[in-house]
This record gives sequence, C-alpha cells and structure tokens, in this order.
Amino acid sequence: MMTGHVSYAEDFKAVAATLPGVGVPWLEQLRTNAMESFLDSGFPTTRIEDWKYTDLRSLTRRHYTPVTRPPSIDSVIPADPWWQDELQHRLVFIDGHFVPELCPLHPLLNGVTITSLARVLEQQPDLLEHRLGRNTALEQPGFNAFNTAFMRDGAYLTLGDGTVLEQSVHLLFVSTGTDLSMRPVRNIIVAGPHSHATVVESYVALGDAAGLTSAVTEISLETGAHIEHYKLEEESASASHIAGIYVTQERDSRFDSHNIALGGQLVRNDLQIALNGPGAATTLNGLTVTRGRQHVDNHTRVDHNKPQARSDEWYRGILDDRSRSIFNGRIVVHPNAQQTVSHQANHSLLLSGDAEADAKPQLEIHADDVQCTHGCTVGQLDEDVLFYFRSRGVDAVTARNFLVCAFAVDVLERIRLQPVRRMLERRLAGRFMDMEVLDSLRERLSG
Amino acid sequence: MNTTAREILAVTGLQVAVEGKALLNGIDLTVRAGEVHAIMGPNGSGKSTFAQVLAGHESYEVLQGSARFLGEDLLDLPAEERARRGLFLAFQYPVEIPGVSNIYFLKAALNAVRRHQGLDELDAMDFISQVKEKLAAMQMDEALLYRSVNEDFSGGEKKRNEILQMMVLEPVLTILDETDSGLDIDALKVVADGVNSMRSPERAFIIVTHYQRLLNYIEPDTVHVLSAGRIARSGGPELAIELEQRGYGWLEQEAGVVP
Repeated sequence: MMTGHVSYAEDFKAVAATLPGVGVPWLEQLRTNAMESFLDSGFPTTRIEDWKYTDLRSLTRRHYTPVTRPPSIDSVIPADPWWQDELQHRLVFIDGHFVPELCPLHPLLNGVTITSLARVLEQQPDLLEHRLGRNTALEQPGFNAFNTAFMRDGAYLTLGDGTVLEQSVHLLFVSTGTDLSMRPVRNIIVAGPHSHATVVESYVALGDAAGLTSAVTEISLETGAHIEHYKLEEESASASHIAGIYVTQERDSRFDSHNIALGGQLVRNDLQIALNGPGAATTLNGLTVTRGRQHVDNHTRVDHNKPQARSDEWYRGILDDRSRSIFNGRIVVHPNAQQTVSHQANHSLLLSGDAEADAKPQLEIHADDVQCTHGCTVGQLDEDVLFYFRSRGVDAVTARNFLVCAFAVDVLERIRLQPVRRMLERRLAGRFMDMEVLDSLRERLSG
Repeated sequence: MNTTAREILAVTGLQVAVEGKALLNGIDLTVRAGEVHAIMGPNGSGKSTFAQVLAGHESYEVLQGSARFLGEDLLDLPAEERARRGLFLAFQYPVEIPGVSNIYFLKAALNAVRRHQGLDELDAMDFISQVKEKLAAMQMDEALLYRSVNEDFSGGEKKRNEILQMMVLEPVLTILDETDSGLDIDALKVVADGVNSMRSPERAFIIVTHYQRLLNYIEPDTVHVLSAGRIARSGGPELAIELEQRGYGWLEQEAGVVP
C-alpha cells in the first residue's frame, strides 16, 4: 500500500462512484481538479508560514479511510442531548452522512431551504455549480482541495430576500467508531438580502471516536443580511479536526462568529472573512479550553476590502496540562478601505507550567484613515489573587475555578443563544466549577 | 492586662527571610483574648512581613521560632486553614479580582469558614440581609457588592471592603496591615468604628501602623515598636504618642541600629 498523501488517490478512485452528484460533469471536473491539486500540494508542513506551529506528522503518517456507509441509527444514541429541549431545525450527520430520521424540521417560511448538500447535488446540482468553492480557493494547499475531492454531505441553507428564521438551525455532526475514518463535511449557507438566521455547527464524538473530520463551511451574506454562527467542537481526545469557515459579506451585512473548541487531539480552524461592502460588520469570538496533549490552532483572517467596515475579534484560551494553543489573527486593510474600524484581542490563561500559548497578531494596514487596535496576553493565575482568596478561607482549587470562570465570562456573555450558553456553562462546570462558582457565573451573566 | 484570658497567639523567637535576606530577627509576642496590640515602626522594620507571615504568605521562609494560634502550630497550616480557624488579615494593598463579584467572594469565604465550623451554609436571604446591615455600618454603597472585588474601587473603598469582610467573617484574631494608610479622616473613623464594633472579650486585634493617628480611634492595650526585625520596645498607649512626637530615630539609636 502506498503511503503519504498520494495514497488518497486510490481512495478517490474507489469512492468516486459513490459520492453524491456522480455523473454531473461540472462536479466531476471540480472533484478531479481538487484531487489533482491535493496530490500536487499534499498536506501542509511546518515549512509553510501559516502552519509553522502545527506539525501534522501525526496526521499524515496515518491513512484515513472514507466512510462509505454510516453505522445503523440504533447504535447511535446522542450522548448529550443538550439541544433537545429547544425548538429548532436540526440536521444530523453521522460520520458525514445525513440521517433524515433524526431531523425534525419545523414548518418553514417561504424562501427558506434547509436540506442536505448531497440531496441538492443529486436533485438540483445546478443550484451549486457557481456556489461550491466560491468562497474557498482550491489552490490553498492541502485540506480544502482534499475536502472538495471527498466531500459527501453537509448542510445546504439558503435564505431568501428579507427572510428571518426565528428558530436556530442546528447542524449536528456525530463521529463514531475508533478506526481511522475520514469524515469530509461541506456546508453551504447563502443569506439573501436582509435575511437573518442563527446557525449552530456542532461536532461531537460518541465515546472515543477517532479519525479525521475535515469540514469546510462557505457562508455568503448579501446586502444587509445577518448570520449568527456558532461552531462547537467537542471531538474525542484522539480525533483530528481540520475546519475552515469562509465568509463573504456585502454592504451592511453582519456576521457574528463564536468558535468554541473543547475537544479533539489536533484541531485547526481557519476563519476567513472578506468584507466586500461598506458598512459590513463582523465579530469573531473564540474560546479554546484544552488539557492533556490537545493542540488547537486558530487562524483568522479578515480582509477589509471596502471602506467603512468593522471587525471585532475576541479570542480567549484556557490551557491546562501539556496542551497548546495558537492564535494567529491577520487583519488586512486594503488601500481603499478608509474609515475601517478593527479591534482584536487575544488572551490566554495557562493553568499549568507545561501548557503553551502562542499568539500572533498580524495587522497589514494599507489605508491611512483607519482605527485599528490589537492586544494579546498570555499569563498564569495571579499568585497575589490566589493568596487573597486563601487568606479568606477559600482553597486554591476553588479560587482557581473562580478565576477561570471570571476569565471565560467575557466570552460567555457575548453568546446570545441560550442553549449554547447553557451547554458551555455545563462543560465549564464539569471541568472547573462547583455550584458556588457556577451560581456566581450565572449571576454575572444575567446581571 | 488579664493574664488569665485565653491565649490566642503566641509567637516565640520568630526569624524570617525572603530570598536569603533576613527580615524578622526574633519576634516574641503573646496576644490574649480581648486585647488590642499595636505594632509600629519605621518603613522596612518588618511590620508588614510579620503580618504576611502570620497570614501564611508562602514567599517568606521561616528560619526559626514558632507561632501558635489557639494552641495549634500556626506555621504548619496553609493560609486557608488559618483563615478558617479565625485569623484575618486586612491587606495593606487589597488586590483586585476582575470578573468575581464582591458578594460571591464574601459568600465563598463565609461558607468556607462555616463548613470548617461544621455549620450549614447560610440561607441566601439571611446572608444578604446580614451583609447589607454590615455594609450600611461601613457606609458603603450597595452597588459595590455586585461589582468585581475591589476593581476600580477607590483607596478608601478598598479599605472599607476589607473591614466589611472582617465583619462578615467574624474572626478571632484580626491583623490590620496599615489599614489607615491613604484614608481621609472620615473614612478613618468609619474603619475604626467597624473595628471597635467587633471588639469583644473573645476577640483580639493586631494593628500594624506607621502612625499613631488610627490609635486615637482604636485604643490599644499594648504598643510594640519594631526595629530591624525585632521588637525594640513595648509599652502602653503613651508610647505611640511619644513616637508621634519624637519619630523613630531615637529608638533605633537606643537599640544600636544603624538606619
């Protein structure tokens, strides 16, 4: 058997006929081109500047096999149904395959489409011909081409002119099995003029599900559209998760991103936002909570292509044990993008002397009438503050929990979607809190 | 002085260093229930070091000597255990804790003490009404309860907040570390009233101060003067007045210390 990235050529040959949209000429061409591009470039190495801190050798040494058939539904009982009390639209994917039986779709408004990408590729591929890959260049080395070649399913969401979707859309991606399976996911979201929706992408694992999730989400916001997007990554401690979110924004549109990384052994998120119209605004919130030997690499890039757009970025990390996080925040203000407002802040809290956080803000400003700020800190818990707690009878562990929560509050209070906030409170509670601390957090959030 | 009263603190021959530098060179001090001791002295004489060591700050190295608190070996206990047993330090520089509200900080502290005493946690309503009563006594704005601990508090508010914590926790031994520094006369009176309201035959106080001013409002039983890490002299309240008039220089000369 061949090794290295070239070995995926065989998988591609083996599964191509089973992928959705087989026989659609433009799609077959797209996949073939993507595969060729991937075979040329391979996976990124640390010699590439954008991958300097993330060594993929643990991933590239292994070979991940496409899952051509999902496990039976009976064997898949979602471990933590935190979403089930909420009335919302839901699409469930198991190992990358859509499972309609688990998806209650509430009556939809006119002008809204929520369905699986595979269905569209099979039934109305024309809808996607000029859409797929529009926001993500295939020439980007490695994973995007890989994803395009193997993509099987994901969500397809479109909102017509002026459509407001009251209930959130939950895209649930469940990883199962402990073998080295490959789960390519592609989501397409198109928000028409002045439309609004809240979309939650969550990635969860059953047990110790390993393997590789490769997820690409393309989001297009037309004039005045507003998308609130949550990405919740809770894969198992032995899984790899490589994701990209590629967003284009027209005039006066608004994109709010919440990028929460809690699980996974090797995690990479690329967020790229192109502000293509005046008055466009984007907010990027991030929270990374790691332990063990987890490695989470968040790369964000915002391109201010037009004047009078705004970007605000707030990323925080809480790192324990020997875990590691990377934050690379690139802001490019192009020459005509006058009156740009851009703020970026990245703060990391190290709970262990062996944890490591790397922060790299990159501001490239080619316009002169702009307001840009950035700041980053990496620190440990303040010894004086810990002593102050202890001098009042509060033990060091409880004190630490208070301080971790205080650190996380900044991110939590930006999360408007209550079920997500509650889920995150529970996750943090499981790791860092007793009830007293949780109460104080709730009080703070409701205040 | 009532020598039959319960012994709260007994310090014997205490020698302390930080990073190899000797700061306390043999302190002997006994504090009994009901007593108020003032510890005075020039800057660098070891006053704050003494207060921090008693509270359990770990950056100080105890070289020799002992300290017993309510009959137990104090130096063996971690800081939180000292606090739970009834030792309280009002900080010279209270720290700010962004993101942790004052009310929850108080509650966590009180519950830690109550658990140690084998008591149930206070009912939320009882707790809040008790705290509000004490807050009023300290002439503090209720809004301070819901702000982050000491964050953006004025100097006076921080010191009042320390006394508020003391009133809520009801410690056996309170050590005030230069609580008077930076206070205007009105705030000084409020702080002194707070302390005086807690004076009882069961409790004791150690007041660490550079100036005699606070002692006009909280009258000590004994005044000790620290110089170069030793108690150079002890006396009654009149010693504080003498120091106010003459400064510390004469004492250091008497003690043979080159300043």
